[in-house]
Amino acid sequence: MSLKLNTSMALVKPDAQPLSSKQKGAVALGTSGLFILLLALLNTSFPHQGLFLTLALGLITLGVVLFTHDLYLNKHEGIKNDGVWFKAITSRGTISWILGIVLTLFYIVLYFYPNLLGLASDGGENTGLVGLFDPLSKLLSGNPASQWFVYGTLYTLAITIFGYKFILKYRHNRYEKLRTMSVMFFQLGFAFLIPEFMSRLNESPNYNLPYYDLKSIWPLNYYLFDQWSVNGFLSSGTLGLSMLIFGIVSIFIITPILTYKYGKRWYCSWVCGCGGLAETAGDSFRQLSDKSLKAWKLERWLIHTVLVFSVIMTTAVIYTYLGRDPSRYWLTQNVFLTGVGVLLTLVFTLVMIFKRHSLGKDARYGAIGYFVIIASLFAMHYTGTTDKIFLIKASSLRSAYGLYIGSIFSGVIGTGFYPIFGSRVWCRFGCPMAAILGFQQRLFSKFRITTNGGQCISCGNCSTYCEMGIDVRAYAQKGENIVRSSCVGCGICSAVCPRGVLKLENDTMKGRINSNEILLGNDVDLMDLVNKK
Amino acid sequence: MEHIVIIGNGIAGVTAARHIRKNSDKKITIISTETPFFFSRTALMYVYMGHMTFEQTQPYENWFWKKNRIDLKQGFVNHITPENKMLHLDDGSTIHYDKLIIATGSKPNKFGWPGQDLKGVTGLYHKQDLENLEIYAPNNKVCQRAVIVGGGLIGVELAEMLNTRNIPVTFLVRESGFWGNVLPEGDSKMITQHIISHGIDLRLNSNLKEIKADENGTVKSIVIAETNEEIPCNLVGLTPGVSPNIDFLKDSGIKTHRGVIVNRYLETNVEAVYAIGDCAEQEEAIGRRKPVEAVWYTGRMMGETLAQTICGNRMKYNPGHWFNSAKFFDIEYQTYGWVSSKPSDHEVHFHWEHNDKTKCITLAYHKTERTLLGINTFGIRMGHEVFDRWLTEKRDIDFVIDHLAEANFDPEFYAHFENDIKKAYLKNYDTVNL
Repeated sequence: MSLKLNTSMALVKPDAQPLSSKQKGAVALGTSGLFILLLALLNTSFPHQGLFLTLALGLITLGVVLFTHDLYLNKHEGIKNDGVWFKAITSRGTISWILGIVLTLFYIVLYFYPNLLGLASDGGENTGLVGLFDPLSKLLSGNPASQWFVYGTLYTLAITIFGYKFILKYRHNRYEKLRTMSVMFFQLGFAFLIPEFMSRLNESPNYNLPYYDLKSIWPLNYYLFDQWSVNGFLSSGTLGLSMLIFGIVSIFIITPILTYKYGKRWYCSWVCGCGGLAETAGDSFRQLSDKSLKAWKLERWLIHTVLVFSVIMTTAVIYTYLGRDPSRYWLTQNVFLTGVGVLLTLVFTLVMIFKRHSLGKDARYGAIGYFVIIASLFAMHYTGTTDKIFLIKASSLRSAYGLYIGSIFSGVIGTGFYPIFGSRVWCRFGCPMAAILGFQQRLFSKFRITTNGGQCISCGNCSTYCEMGIDVRAYAQKGENIVRSSCVGCGICSAVCPRGVLKLENDTMKGRINSNEILLGNDVDLMDLVNKK
Repeated sequence: MEHIVIIGNGIAGVTAARHIRKNSDKKITIISTETPFFFSRTALMYVYMGHMTFEQTQPYENWFWKKNRIDLKQGFVNHITPENKMLHLDDGSTIHYDKLIIATGSKPNKFGWPGQDLKGVTGLYHKQDLENLEIYAPNNKVCQRAVIVGGGLIGVELAEMLNTRNIPVTFLVRESGFWGNVLPEGDSKMITQHIISHGIDLRLNSNLKEIKADENGTVKSIVIAETNEEIPCNLVGLTPGVSPNIDFLKDSGIKTHRGVIVNRYLETNVEAVYAIGDCAEQEEAIGRRKPVEAVWYTGRMMGETLAQTICGNRMKYNPGHWFNSAKFFDIEYQTYGWVSSKPSDHEVHFHWEHNDKTKCITLAYHKTERTLLGINTFGIRMGHEVFDRWLTEKRDIDFVIDHLAEANFDPEFYAHFENDIKKAYLKNYDTVNL
């Protein structure tokens, strides 16, 4: 599907629904709030920063809430996609390009030029936008704000207010309501408040906790095992140690168990912050994802490459700060590297023995290819004489990953391009955590989307509104269960289906992947004859 | 190589083509006037409503056809000469076939109303109808009121469509309740109320007398037969059902009645010519099914079956238990088996309705044998496989009431109503059997 649509490039299409007067008022309120932030960005010094910050965030919230009420509460409960492809903002009109570019620029400034946002250098006072957030930051953690605090606050605000909008939009659907309340809770509590309180603890000399969002699991949280982070945990007593252990347990124990029982959705659309933003603030853009077969192929190569990159990078980083002397600490460079090698070989061998028939040809080749690459890197390390593990210095690997994947991919492209590529670009093409969860979901999970016999009418609402670009209809019209590694289980395909064909379910592994040529409704003998052939 | 030519690129023709390709290496050509590529007719409404782009109604990407060696030809077949197996197109070209599949679908019914061919009068069937709607009803300034004639599934879709653009709609329905010739009274009543609650001016027991034109030959108003009331409007949607689109078969020697007459093997009276989908008429009705079934699902099933025959595995068209589905504004509807609008002596109905008037079910069962005959379910999704199995196993109504939860297909965490339904059933049972 090309990015070009039939809709005009005008800001507003001539026959789009005009805003009601209440909606115009709400837009005015929200824009005023944003304008205060803009003034702050332009280095206006407000007399009562706390007051103006409250005013700005309050006006934005009020604007979204009032707009939402007028948009949904006067109508019946039900699917609310009227005019999605007529509005410039949701169909790649001029305004969505502007929004995409503004968001992208914001991310570039945030990651690479925080001083432009007013971040103090060398112990000075914050000014500008960062300065405006000082009162809130001091209230929570006792410290002045940073660019990350500003970002975190706006991020959390976006999930909360657009989560409220999402809940009203889908108020007939309990799955959607519960799921959204869950992401709002985890964002507000785990990503925003708890880390601030942790930094309160750091006021005591006994604690030196790193910033840690407990729900952000490695490898999404790629800096969790950096030296400064691990040192921080280890120098923060039992609490620090338990947090580090929780970080390890969450990826190696909690994640596989929950993914086995519920699919990757337990994380991607119920807990994760990236997913949370995509599902709430990004909901208006979910239909923009690319459903072509080409995009699917690109997705499979890209996301697994990022995963391999993150595994190599993390291994190299940990390796460099471990000691060599087993008498000082049991976990030495050699023990660690052997452990990683054994683990990867084990996973690879078990999958190739038990699940190779579930993998497509290209997936099999990809897996073998990556295994060979990693194995040869290990071999070169053991036979080589260089200090550098894996050819490149670990620190270079780490900073390249942080720059290209952590900042540019997940932030600038992943979120900045919401209005152009849809809301889950990062989750679909880049997130290494999604790759691990998806790998397990595809091979070893009870989750699937079942189809209702022969009821599909191939209308395509499911595919259109799949934010992950899955061509759901291709399965539904064949009466085939949808078992795809990328599915985040948002449940929207099931919600928008006008014939009640799709259902997210956890059931036994047996017969999970079915394939029917002839659908229910036709002669039973014919179904047997053709489907069992 | 044997050349299979299919006229019509709807669900029936395309399903046949796909399955023939799967099972053989024959040359396949699909001819259509309407669009270059297959699209889902049932999704046309979502294009007008702005839920989807037209491209998104196409279930296969454009490269699919070439890759699967299914030739697509845009053209109109004027007539057929079976004696030399030739199709004659309106551009003067001819195509030779070895086997011909007629899958030309339907055209909207018109009953000779004065003014039925005016500008601004449209059905809702073809892609061209959608283009007409964009001309005569793009918004409520151009179209200050629309009138829809015919209270069936297409009529209510059109009402929902126009409603999304804030165009006032008057909806003329012949029966005393919406879709009253298909739905039992309780079901029909709830849907009637739901349609009205969306602001539709629903006129029951009303027929169209005539459509009046302005000086440009465009719709100006309509007159209701019963009351002689004249209603000014800019668009008239005619949706009183469809009939087979087979005019081009006149004088071909292929036997037609309402549709193309076929036997259970979907063969016409002419050798090597078959008909499937909306345009086919069974010479003898199958069970309680109508001889002409203009339904998405039956079109698909005929396509699946005929492909077997064409590929050398001669097979009867043998549909299983009846099923269908629709959506009335916000209320989804599914049906399995048969629920009559006016039950005969041996058919008993149990009807349950939720207080919020968006959910109800009607179960039909045999009076003496108590076996399940069918279910209409509104606002609660039910599993096709489960009901299909229960109908085959001839389960009795008490079993069905007891096991209703097994059939539930609603999304996770949805409220369940099986206990309410059972209570209502037992209460009803007591009164019936006192």
